[in-house]
Amino acid sequence: MSLLEATLAAPLIGGLVLAFIGHRPLGGWVNVAVGMVTFGASLAMALDVFAHGPQLSSGRMFYIDAFNVYLVVLTAFVGLTTSIFSRPYMRHEVERGRVTDRRLRLYHSMYQCFLFSMLLALSTNNLGVLWVAMEAATLTTVLLVSLYRTPESIEAAWKYFILCGVGIAQALFGTVLIYFAAENKLGGDRDDTLLWTVLHNSGGNLDPAVISLAFVFLLVGYGTKVGLVPLHNWLPDAHSEGPTPMSAVLSGLLLNVALYALVRIKMLVDASLHTNLAGHLMMGFGLLSFTVAGLFLHRQHDVKRMFSYSSIEHMGLITFGFGMGGPLATFGALLHMTVHSLTKSAIFITVGHACQLAGTQRIDHIRGLIRTQPAIGWGLLIGTVAIAGFPPFGVFISEFLLLMATMKSWPWLTIPLLLGFGVAFAGLFRHVQRMVFGEPPPGQLPVEANMLPVVVHLLLVLWLGLAIPGFLSRWFEQATLLIAGASPL
Amino acid sequence: MGIATLGLYNQAIILFASLALLTSFIMLAQARMLPLIFTFAWQGLLLATVSVLVAIVTNHPHLYISAALTFTLKVVLIPWLLYRLSGKLNMHYDAEAIAHPTLMLLGGVGLVIFGYHVSQSIVHLSGLATRNTIAVSIAIELLGMLLMCARKSAVAQVIGFMSMESGIFFAAVISTYGMPLIVELGVAFDILVAAILFGVFFFHLRDSFGSLNVVRFNRLSEANEPMPLPEPPAGEHP
Repeated sequence: MSLLEATLAAPLIGGLVLAFIGHRPLGGWVNVAVGMVTFGASLAMALDVFAHGPQLSSGRMFYIDAFNVYLVVLTAFVGLTTSIFSRPYMRHEVERGRVTDRRLRLYHSMYQCFLFSMLLALSTNNLGVLWVAMEAATLTTVLLVSLYRTPESIEAAWKYFILCGVGIAQALFGTVLIYFAAENKLGGDRDDTLLWTVLHNSGGNLDPAVISLAFVFLLVGYGTKVGLVPLHNWLPDAHSEGPTPMSAVLSGLLLNVALYALVRIKMLVDASLHTNLAGHLMMGFGLLSFTVAGLFLHRQHDVKRMFSYSSIEHMGLITFGFGMGGPLATFGALLHMTVHSLTKSAIFITVGHACQLAGTQRIDHIRGLIRTQPAIGWGLLIGTVAIAGFPPFGVFISEFLLLMATMKSWPWLTIPLLLGFGVAFAGLFRHVQRMVFGEPPPGQLPVEANMLPVVVHLLLVLWLGLAIPGFLSRWFEQATLLIAGASPL
Repeated sequence: MGIATLGLYNQAIILFASLALLTSFIMLAQARMLPLIFTFAWQGLLLATVSVLVAIVTNHPHLYISAALTFTLKVVLIPWLLYRLSGKLNMHYDAEAIAHPTLMLLGGVGLVIFGYHVSQSIVHLSGLATRNTIAVSIAIELLGMLLMCARKSAVAQVIGFMSMESGIFFAAVISTYGMPLIVELGVAFDILVAAILFGVFFFHLRDSFGSLNVVRFNRLSEANEPMPLPEPPAGEHP
């Protein structure tokens, strides 16, 4: 069995096993163990790819290159750390009576199935399977969003299901159109024309009219999952009403996977159209999301909702970066995907603890974290500083790169970008500052918190901010070469 | 080039496709629950028939599998599931008030024209039968979306969703003679799981909101202050 198959099989088998034993105290540990196996296998695979270059599995079902290998590792890593956090967290929720044994079993099983579907979406070579895996990612998480069975959570899950379902159906139509274009040019008697490698190698042969129509459908479809602005309505609800470990993986990972799909498609479209239509559309939607989400940050009352809007903002920025194209912007966008994942999942983990501490998600009722439990208070403060893009952290570097790229190719767009950074910064800190430093309500007691994942994530982000390690920058460089066709270094 | 010059099978394909489009319009205007479910099943049957016809005309034996999948899912399983569920929820004879039915049907006509307009850019790649059927499949998809937007009942929204999916599946059958088998199986599996999850949700929605009317789902909104959550007061737990 190859390492890639091991990476995929571990969460799938783990999900099946946890469907039976997920409610036992052991279940949480099994979840962590499966995460470790997945991460270990993905890391070994990454080293292999690093040493020997892109790999096409036998039967051409899977394709691993510099672009998706680091997302696979990132997904496995955040999946692991979140499972470490989720074990005591979910035990606490069971003790509070918010989750029953049956639902805990469902939670553990679906957690692994969700990771499996994301890893499948990242590693598959077939655009149709990519769609199937993206839809599966929705299906596995929809019952987790409504895990608490409160009216709010059920409404959120319904919205998530319907809006993402409609959105992603457009992507299926786009996929059909791509297949149509490919069959017309490459011949209808072969069955491999939906493979990304085949499409990519055929380069500019696909019919531009069909491909541009397909891209519009695919942008709407996968864009819904990325949370681009006119289609973002489901995101803050789904990310805020579910259990916090789900919020961490949804915000940190799923959005990345959807964007990954979009960028893969863009690579095909660019080769066929020879214009920058795809890039311009992505820039427009990205900038709109970035601006609108930044403004919405100001009027939030729920802390998890607020950070969901921050996710929309950052995904908007990354989409903008990929849309702009060019080596510098692409490099910045790739880096930003990584640091945003790490930082956002760290923040959600901290926020989860803060909510258990205060007994509510309402920003008005969360006060004095730093005095009641300094670890949580500092975690939230440093996490927010990192996500807002302050200098020593990696987010600063990637935002700076994106800003530089904008200045080079679209100088006048730096103004809305800078304004957006300011607005988002103010929106985050007007809320976080009170939660961290305010007067704690009487009787607020510390909770058992495992801050290890947060510390590890934030240290990694700090490391990426101070010096990007050589192997990582080489990966990013290779990925940039793939996407933008030129090296930034 | 008129329709009469086409072969008999191709004429039949166009006929059944247009009948499927008609069922989309019937669904749009059908307020009662049971006929809505049955119309959906009819649409599935028509589309499955087209798949079989296309398989015969173009000699693509693997389209029989697509037709079988469509038949099993869209004609048997999903309608049966919806029938059972709406029975359990005492909704068989429910009728919802459709706001502006005429306007909605006219909007539907607009969408069909739009479907033809969109397919203009790709017709040069295909023959007459495909040309019409691609437009029809786009129209079925858009009409499904319109159904989802316009209806207030969760069941009708699910039917709209499934009808959209049928339209896309249909597009795949007639434009590319089906997707690769693994993709078709994957898509069918996803749709099946989605249908079951929708069923689970009907019960959750009814338990939480007392009805399946989506107008009542208004607890999460940007405009209002969120309602106070039924949380235990701070400091209760150690």
